[in-house]
Amino acid sequence: MRRLPPVAITAMVFVVGFALCTVQFPNFASTRVAANLLTDNAFLGIVAAGMTFVIISGGIDLSVGSVIGFTTVFVALAIERLGLPPLVAFAAILLLCAAFGAAMGAVIHVFDMPPFIVTLAGMFLARGASFLMSTESTPISAPLYSTVSDFAVRPPGGGRLTAIALIMLAVVAAGAVLLHFTRFGANVYALGGSRTTTALMGIPVGSMTVRIYMLSSVLAGLAGIVFSFYTAAGYSLSAVGVELDSIAAVVIGGTLLTGGQGSVVGTLLGVLIQGLIQTYINFDGTLSSWWTKIVTGILLFAFIALQQAMLGIARRAGPRKAGVHKS
Amino acid sequence: MNAISDPGPALLEVRGLSKSFGTLRALQEVDFTLRAGEIHALLGENGAGKSTLIKAVTGVFPRDAGIVRLGGVEVAPRSAKAAVDAGIATVYQEVNLLLNLSVAQNLYLGRQPTRFGLVREAEMRRCAAALLAEFDLHIDVAEPLGNYSVAVQHITAIARAVDQSAQVLILDEPTASLDRHEVEILFAVMRKLAQRGIGVIFVTHFLDQVYEICDRITVLRNGRLIGERTTAELPRIELIRMMLGRELAETTSERTAAHARQVGEICARFEDYGKAGYVAPFNLALRRGEVVGLAGLLGSGRTETARLVFGAERADSGSATVDGKPVRLQSPRDAVAHGFGYCPEERKTEGIIADLTVRENIVLALQAKRGLAKPLSRSEQEGIAMRFIGLLDIRPPEPERPIGLLSGGNQQKVLLARWLATAPRLLVLDEPTRGIDVGAHAEIIRLIRDLCDDGLALLVISSELDEIVTYSDRVVVLRDRAHVDELEGDAIDISNILAAIAVAGSAGAEAGQP
Repeated sequence: MRRLPPVAITAMVFVVGFALCTVQFPNFASTRVAANLLTDNAFLGIVAAGMTFVIISGGIDLSVGSVIGFTTVFVALAIERLGLPPLVAFAAILLLCAAFGAAMGAVIHVFDMPPFIVTLAGMFLARGASFLMSTESTPISAPLYSTVSDFAVRPPGGGRLTAIALIMLAVVAAGAVLLHFTRFGANVYALGGSRTTTALMGIPVGSMTVRIYMLSSVLAGLAGIVFSFYTAAGYSLSAVGVELDSIAAVVIGGTLLTGGQGSVVGTLLGVLIQGLIQTYINFDGTLSSWWTKIVTGILLFAFIALQQAMLGIARRAGPRKAGVHKS
Repeated sequence: MNAISDPGPALLEVRGLSKSFGTLRALQEVDFTLRAGEIHALLGENGAGKSTLIKAVTGVFPRDAGIVRLGGVEVAPRSAKAAVDAGIATVYQEVNLLLNLSVAQNLYLGRQPTRFGLVREAEMRRCAAALLAEFDLHIDVAEPLGNYSVAVQHITAIARAVDQSAQVLILDEPTASLDRHEVEILFAVMRKLAQRGIGVIFVTHFLDQVYEICDRITVLRNGRLIGERTTAELPRIELIRMMLGRELAETTSERTAAHARQVGEICARFEDYGKAGYVAPFNLALRRGEVVGLAGLLGSGRTETARLVFGAERADSGSATVDGKPVRLQSPRDAVAHGFGYCPEERKTEGIIADLTVRENIVLALQAKRGLAKPLSRSEQEGIAMRFIGLLDIRPPEPERPIGLLSGGNQQKVLLARWLATAPRLLVLDEPTRGIDVGAHAEIIRLIRDLCDDGLALLVISSELDEIVTYSDRVVVLRDRAHVDELEGDAIDISNILAAIAVAGSAGAEAGQP
């Protein structure tokens, strides 16, 4: 699989962007900025890793933002109201998310419904359920939370590589291995190539669909837990629109929105580019933070145009006749 | 053709297989026997039950009655995957592989070699390269399959099937989209598989290929078994009789008194017409009431000539005149305005609009010619549709049926009707009989003759030389993207055309069709 070129372009955009920021703000190039970039975007990186699988398989998951919101409320209430130990609450919510994702995958497969509609329904369901539990922000004061937020690997230069940043990096690394080096990963690409063909080749399409959406929802749940660490609270309005940010990160990372091609590493770069823009705006201090959205929009457009252009070139070149030798 | 000494032991036995869809009895107590190491043609007109038989055997459809034995053991697969596991693999015309994955992944998807749950990529590529080398295919297996030609994709699909311990390999119209050279490669693979003791079932429309490669032939008609014969003992005319179930007047090589027909004045003339790197400049004059055949191998420039004439490609040299007046054909729109029509080769992708009804498909070109400002009323449309349905005997005669539900032959007739509705002076037909069963084939040829009797000029492209010989008043022979010869009158016969194609070092192995 040639997955290098789009990722290479994404990497270049990131490096050039970082260099430009450094030119303007000399103390930009520090471990502190880099570590904060990872910490601030930890939950987005995790959820976007899951989204990468879904999009490569030819689907979409609009429910992830709501699942994050639901998770923060669930975790906060379970710990603060019910007095559950945090780890028990985490296990419960991850199981719940797995069931939720599996249900969406099953509906998509069994009723042959468009993932867009099914996960849109999932999005309303999860958001509605989180409002049902609580409409207020619930602070979390469990000791585990302060332990986690105090923990950090400290590289030289004053940076703090926090626990949640490490979790995100681990998820991305595990996701990359899963996608590129396992049968499951090959099947994900296969599904994005053609569902019917994949089925004819003997791949259990139904269980693959269920597992892919399960993976996405579980990672959304994990992102929700990370988000609750990040804010030390549960709030039903948190992570609104994150599904779109993560789709943007996936596409900027070089994954084909129609499926069949892409990479998790590219997605991480897509997340970091969005974070970079936000950081630049913070450094500048005078710009409205909404510029993040505008620049993200422009980048997204540029990347989709680029993908179309590259597809067009590939199509014009046509299939090669080379390689048929009669001995 | 492989000589058959004695019929080997039965590998796949189908006995009394029946299948109905609602009230339609698609298969009625069909028997079929495949022996190890033979290439067995499964023939029949469209609707004879070939596909149903294959799908019932491979578990795509459940069967109503009958048994299937593989190597003496009864098998009843419930899915295509179960059939593959049992040892019966199918490769369809549309290659069912994933163009976005590497060749190696396509060969081993779902059964990649793994260690600790991780795919051993290097090992997989080594195995893939070795597997394809058995079929004399030496390609970079790490490249996406979509980068390779359809022939390579077919061989990859076959290699995958065979490697999954297939004892029976079913090839459903594998050669329809291959050129002569690619067909040769595929045949070499099929012969190699037969030598290994694999039984190959070969479904095709090309009778030439049947006689070239098959040991045995089974013919189905209307869901019933008509007979099983060895190829050597079955003359072609007898085979066609079995397929059609009626005496068919010699369809092949029968030159009607075409040249006796009244040929009118020149209605379109092209001089030094060409496009660099596309087709070398040619001279072509088309007269009313005349059929001009374009003969040549795939890729010789036949379709390219047609596209230039129709303005789908712009010529960069020469001139065109219509009724003596110089014209510029910059686009199909210009061509239509001058009374040209074009039925393209790719009926499914460039011709019909599958979801629209027969009526809508018929009035499409006429409406486009009139422009959107002058819509045809519904009753006008219905009148036109009914007139052509009657004229061309389109079945079923229902103007409101989506065209995608019609058979290939009837779709082709609707396309003809579409252009005839515009009352053209010149009609270009690119492979009008491709993928159409024998009966409809003869009917299309009859239509072509009738059309030019009415004073229409026709330019017809076909790979079937006997067909071209049958209806053409003149035959232009192409080779390597240039017009190399023109045959007229009694000079038109297959051997002359082949001679013209084969002249002076034409690309060696690709010498014409037998």
